[in-house]
Amino acid sequence: MSSSISFTHNKYYSWCRNNLFSSWINGIITILSIYFIYEVSSFFLNWTIFEADFVNNFRGEKITDRTFCSKNIEPGQHGACWAIIIVRFHQFIYGFYPVEEAWRVNLVYGLLPFALVGIFFDNLPFRKYFIYFTFLFPFIGYFLLYGGAGLDVVGTSKWGGLLVTLFLGVTGILLAFPLSIILALGRRSKMPVIKTICIIFIEFIRGVPLITLLFTANVMLPLFLPEGVRPDNLLRALVAVTLFQSAYMAEAIRGGLQAIPKGQLEAAQSLGLTYWQSTRKIILPQALKISIPPIVNTCIGLFKDTSLVLIIGLFDLLGVGRAAVADIDWAKLHYEVYVFISLVFFIFCFGMSRYSLYLEKKLKTDNS
Amino acid sequence: MTEQVIQLEKVNKWYDDFHVLKDIDLSVDKGQKIVICGPSGSGKSTMIRCINRLEAHQEGKIVVHGTELTNDLKNIDLIRKNVGMVFQQFNLFPHLSVLDNISLAPIWVKKMPKKEAEEIAMSYLEKVKIPEQAEKFPGQLSGGQQQRVAIARSLAMNPDIMLFDEPTSALDPEMIKEVLDVMIQLAEEGMTMLVVTHEMGFAKTVADQMIFMDEGRIVEQASPDEFFNNPKSDRTKLFLSQILNH
Repeated sequence: MSSSISFTHNKYYSWCRNNLFSSWINGIITILSIYFIYEVSSFFLNWTIFEADFVNNFRGEKITDRTFCSKNIEPGQHGACWAIIIVRFHQFIYGFYPVEEAWRVNLVYGLLPFALVGIFFDNLPFRKYFIYFTFLFPFIGYFLLYGGAGLDVVGTSKWGGLLVTLFLGVTGILLAFPLSIILALGRRSKMPVIKTICIIFIEFIRGVPLITLLFTANVMLPLFLPEGVRPDNLLRALVAVTLFQSAYMAEAIRGGLQAIPKGQLEAAQSLGLTYWQSTRKIILPQALKISIPPIVNTCIGLFKDTSLVLIIGLFDLLGVGRAAVADIDWAKLHYEVYVFISLVFFIFCFGMSRYSLYLEKKLKTDNS
Repeated sequence: MTEQVIQLEKVNKWYDDFHVLKDIDLSVDKGQKIVICGPSGSGKSTMIRCINRLEAHQEGKIVVHGTELTNDLKNIDLIRKNVGMVFQQFNLFPHLSVLDNISLAPIWVKKMPKKEAEEIAMSYLEKVKIPEQAEKFPGQLSGGQQQRVAIARSLAMNPDIMLFDEPTSALDPEMIKEVLDVMIQLAEEGMTMLVVTHEMGFAKTVADQMIFMDEGRIVEQASPDEFFNNPKSDRTKLFLSQILNH
């Protein structure tokens, strides 16, 4: 008797009762939904894991091309054939970077968190030294990736895969950030010339698709430069991506600036702070905090948009994936490749989104 | 021989076509407490905001401590260092702790070492009687506490003149007293004060001079005794009857 009472008062039971089975209709919808979730997830898990090939097929043979995939041998087999990813893993991560030099890329990946951690977490011990490292990192990274001074030179035409995606995404976002702050402040400036320049720049860049900018940077830029100066392909893409991102980020930041009450600047000025002191200490910290969600939004957008560079002949993650699918040895394995690429993009974008939530929570200073 | 610290001569100001300040003449002696009242839109706030150049006047002359306010940024910075201001909406910096709010200007404007600035900040927090709130953020304080922090923030720059722009208008009635007490204490210490307020009790206690403004003009300027008991203009009489007998 006592057990049945404790059962009906169990909080899980009452939660289910209130939220899932509060009426006949809700109960039926709940059961149908559970069935649907079960069907979809069991299909997906079977395909991706339980029935999938990784290194060997179901006969235990090592997979070296598509004809060894279980699903191409036995009609009853439906699982994914991840061997395409495993065999071409180097290309997905490094592009055509020489295998024996890949440690340099790994070292850069390994150092990247140390360069970012100082920016992302302000309560870090020895943060000052991490920030120094952040400023040094672009030079160290470039030296390691490109080479020179003892290291073999690896031209950017050999870079590819995740390396290009991360290079364009991370560098583009980091370079665009200071530029976008200047543009946003400039657009609100009282000086007409600066204001006009910023408005024209932002509106022009925003009014043009990124593909057009990439083409322009790739095809037109050399026409404007003196004879013989041919900037690197990847560098051209980086310029286009940075300008594009800075225009969008500037508008996100401008939204934040507009939300700051006029009294904040007045209070700062009445205390004798100069324009730059007020901006740096009072206005920007508050404006950037408000702008976190839209800024992260544009960052996620840009990170995914870097895949457009494949149309100007750069092999980013998606470009390498398309090349893999087009390979006769591995043809018809689209699903595996695109699912893998989606997963990689998702991990980075989801990470950015989580970080922005963390930041919003941390910067909250009122009780609301 | 009293020392004049603020002089306004024939000051005129327009917002586009709207004439907000009309031929304002005013002189303030060191240590004087002037209370300014008048209906909303009469230009009282605009007038005191011209004194630290939060608003620019178009005609006439404003001299503070012998320095004339022009577009010269150096003069403006010089004057702002010596003139504190307290706002109706407090305008504390919400992203900084109470202590950082107060020590910010001494550190950045006066280039004071951080430790010294924080000691000064604490001493002013004690003066406004909320030293225990130093580590909190403005959003965690009551309105009265926020306004007292705002006063401490201004005082930390050690100004000679304090401007108050309706300091108690945004407060709940029970919090008004704690702010007025701080202001009365400040007046007793000899601070030069210009206060825009409708707190007539405060005015009677503290003011040396009362100013009544309407439609951009100073309609009446008199000692509190004269002002409350024997106002000259009909407009002042009407205003006083409305705010004293509600």
